[in-house]
Amino acid sequence: MSVPFYVSPEQIIKDKADFARKGISRGRSVVVLQYRDGIVFVAENPSRALHKISEIYDRIGFAAVGKYNEFENLRVAGVRLADMRGYAYDRRDVTGRSLANAYAQTLGTIFTEAAKPYEVEIVVAEVGPTTTEDQIYRLTFDGSVADEASFLAMGGRAEAIEGALADGWQSDLDLAPAVRLAVQALATGSETTLESADIEAAVLDRTRPRRAFRRISPTELAETLAESQGTGPDNGADRGD
Amino acid sequence: MDMSHAVPHGTTIVAFTYRDGVVMAGDRRATMGNLIAQRDIEKVFPADEHSVIGIAGAAGLAVELVRLFQVELEHYEKIEGVPLSLDGKANRLATLLRSNLGFAMQGLAVVPLFGGFDQHRGKGRIFSYDVTGGRYEEHDHFAVGSGSVFARGSLKKLYRPDLQESDAVTAAVEALYDAADDDSATGGPDLSRGIFPVVALATDRGVDVLTEERMADVVGAVVEARRARPDGPVAPLPGAAS
Repeated sequence: MSVPFYVSPEQIIKDKADFARKGISRGRSVVVLQYRDGIVFVAENPSRALHKISEIYDRIGFAAVGKYNEFENLRVAGVRLADMRGYAYDRRDVTGRSLANAYAQTLGTIFTEAAKPYEVEIVVAEVGPTTTEDQIYRLTFDGSVADEASFLAMGGRAEAIEGALADGWQSDLDLAPAVRLAVQALATGSETTLESADIEAAVLDRTRPRRAFRRISPTELAETLAESQGTGPDNGADRGD
Repeated sequence: MDMSHAVPHGTTIVAFTYRDGVVMAGDRRATMGNLIAQRDIEKVFPADEHSVIGIAGAAGLAVELVRLFQVELEHYEKIEGVPLSLDGKANRLATLLRSNLGFAMQGLAVVPLFGGFDQHRGKGRIFSYDVTGGRYEEHDHFAVGSGSVFARGSLKKLYRPDLQESDAVTAAVEALYDAADDDSATGGPDLSRGIFPVVALATDRGVDVLTEERMADVVGAVVEARRARPDGPVAPLPGAAS
């Protein structure tokens, strides 16, 4: 008869966390930043059909990195929760905070109870009437929630990208400069330059009446990036993944 | 038990196609038997970004139906990343309506009118329904509700397939005026209270519910013209000596 062997909880959690981190760091990155009229999401994502950024509700957006099937699961659950709640009560009763809480519970449970944690990191962002009332929640694979402001990056080269964002970000950026900054930051540490076809971008625009979420079309994105020719710092020196 | 006199009922909705898509308009009256239950009810709503829905019948059930329909369309769009086709939306509404058949048998029927801009075909389309969930595509123009017979009679004479937006809005208001003229359950424009029909346009650019200011102008012009001719505009008679 084989002897059952003991593994300490610390070791199990560390192993799971290392596993999840490794999975996330292999993927392409997403940047979320505030601009004057809202929040902009920019992802390195060559697919036009499989989105990393999406609309959850009137003023709430979602961005994710990691395994597609896992974060798609979370996204659909979020849309369902938001639509159910808005239908049962009122549209204004759907908040980013309650969604972030639900996600934290789900991710936390999966992390501790499932055989394998979700290899994802997600952002739930809610645009408010003013910049100071915007809310950005970052949720990691173990269910921890961080209340963020200004800008953040998730995925492969998150630290290097956040460094680049810190250099260029200002609180009152217009949309076009904000998108350009995000795309430049995403290219940090990458050997190849990013074309507009490799980028998925969307905004939560507080000036829009009900549904604040709007995808930036490929043509609009190409035009925005074309304006920046020659201004982008080509930072090919430090190597990412 | 027949409950049709115990709860508010919405009355007349008209819809027709015009150059840019579909225009839909509804009067503002809800009746409960011979009483006016509400004089400023809204019965025309955007269903999503490219379609509109108007409702006649039991108001409580109808408004709830619209709310559920709106949520379902938006939910599908968010989950799938693309909106339903116009036919898909029309079919979904038929299914929702069929689930109300039990209430309809007790006198609480809901009769919606659905219209939208079909981006696939590049034109406006209109669908009518019966209480069993029967779905019928209507061509050019249609109306539902108690005043619908009068509204349709009026529309037949005013309708042209290539109306431009301002004329389409005027024609819709004229049709509702004629409905209110002959049907006691349809409310006419209430100038003293500033209550005007709700008019929504569904085009390639999206749904536009006209502002009260704009409606005040259109209704003002229609009412003014009716002072001179209470029966409204005259349709040309072929071969008549003018």
